[in-house]
Amino acid sequence: MPAPTANLRSTFRRYRRTLRRFWATSLTAELEYQANFLIELLSVGGNLAGSIFLLSLFFANGRSLGGWSWEQALVVLGIYTLLDGITSTLLQPNLSTIVTHVRTGTLDFVLLKPIDSQFWLSARTVSPWGLPGVVLGLALIVVAAARSGATPDLLTVLSAALLLLSSTLILYALWFVLAATSIWFVKVWNATEVLRSALVAGRYPISAYPAALRTFFTVVLPVAFLTTVPAEAILGTGSARWLLASLVVAAAALAFSRWFWGFALRFYTSASS
Amino acid sequence: MRIRPNARPTPLQAALRAARHALRLARVLLGSQYALMLEYRAEIALWALSGVLPLIMLGVWSGSGAAADSGFSPLQLTRYFLAAFVVRQFTIIWVIHAFEEDNLQGRLSPYLLQPLPPLWRYLAAHLAEQATRLPFVVVILALVFLVLPHTFWLPSPATFLLAVLATLMVFLLRFLIQSLITMLCFWSERAAALERLQMIPYLFLSGLVAPLDTFPAGMRALAYATPFPWMIGFPAQLLSGGEVNLALGFGALLGWTLLVFPFVLLLWSAGMRRYAAMGA
Repeated sequence: MPAPTANLRSTFRRYRRTLRRFWATSLTAELEYQANFLIELLSVGGNLAGSIFLLSLFFANGRSLGGWSWEQALVVLGIYTLLDGITSTLLQPNLSTIVTHVRTGTLDFVLLKPIDSQFWLSARTVSPWGLPGVVLGLALIVVAAARSGATPDLLTVLSAALLLLSSTLILYALWFVLAATSIWFVKVWNATEVLRSALVAGRYPISAYPAALRTFFTVVLPVAFLTTVPAEAILGTGSARWLLASLVVAAAALAFSRWFWGFALRFYTSASS
Repeated sequence: MRIRPNARPTPLQAALRAARHALRLARVLLGSQYALMLEYRAEIALWALSGVLPLIMLGVWSGSGAAADSGFSPLQLTRYFLAAFVVRQFTIIWVIHAFEEDNLQGRLSPYLLQPLPPLWRYLAAHLAEQATRLPFVVVILALVFLVLPHTFWLPSPATFLLAVLATLMVFLLRFLIQSLITMLCFWSERAAALERLQMIPYLFLSGLVAPLDTFPAGMRALAYATPFPWMIGFPAQLLSGGEVNLALGFGALLGWTLLVFPFVLLLWSAGMRRYAAMGA
């Protein structure tokens, strides 16, 4: 009988191999539509240009926005663009299918597969068309951070990477929990539109909002943890307390999504039953 | 069988009969579409909720002094964005998605056999959707006024009617523009992508995210050369009781509508000649 660690390692290897197959096949399929790349590039570029112009309006006549300088606010916008790109690459293509699976009853087949169903539903496909957002977002973060005079040492880079990871996980958990409610409310896809439109608030540092909205965007909808907290870490103005809070929120959100999926499945009765 | 000597109707009678027929058609179409939309009320509520962008932008603008530089008092600013929210709610167009779906599912062919151009059906569906949306918009506004009671205002009846008229004209213009792009579905599968791309200048130049008065002069002039600022900025300014040039605003909306309309007709008839049902 193998030791538990060896068992864990072989499971991990199996999932990694599966993931590679998943993504390789979906990339091959998607690359048939290459004109999409140009359209996505235009779309992301246009949206970014518009957002930068809009942001510049708040800095007219030497003003600042919620105590943030122009370059610092651009870092926040960069993180938003990056997360939006990740949403288009991974979250939307995968989680939009949960709704379809529930409606047509094909979720049965997913549940019967010898692999974790949450993993399958969350990682089955990858869409390369979100990559322009990822690349432009990263570029904006680096350029804006450099121009704002940030001097990243190894610790800053590590904590920034950690915080970006935790904001991605929080975002994933939000999307997944919302998509999982389709077990009860089949046509839930419009709810993700509501989520996406509310997350737009993450384009601006949280301190730019009035106190009541600030509380809402920290406690109810954790927009603050998505963009502002990582931006502070990149700029070297973050505190260990916020880093810890972000990690706790990410871990809690992930654990909740895990529990919620199990809970939702207890109510799944397949289609037409 | 008795033959009446003057069985041919006079032109007046014929016109009256045609008008009565059109009226009945409109009533039946709107009534059935409204019943259909009521079935989707939960989704329409979520759609209404996903239009919160102007309210989020209100949050950012109210914390910044930048609007005061362009002569906006905090009260005016709040009312502007609330009005922009309302105008946006009643000018949301989705004809391209409905048409694409109908075309793909092969529903377009039976529609074409009916003695009613399909665009009328989509127009009625939009109006019915707005009627379904109305209570949700009222609830969202009521909630906002509950939180910010000092910003409540009632426009004068004349202002209100003018704002409703402007919003209807914006609705018609945006419906025609999107129909124009929709007609490209006959030639290309990427018409929806074009629609997505034109939403970008609409988003940033219409006044949905920033009042046009806060733009730098050059950018403002550029924006006013497009149809976009008339779609949110003008009606929202009007509804919120701000200063507007009525003749210019209505003139611009009418002008753009008259410019777009012939192209819609042209592309529709060209598209009809090209149309072959799915699988043909």
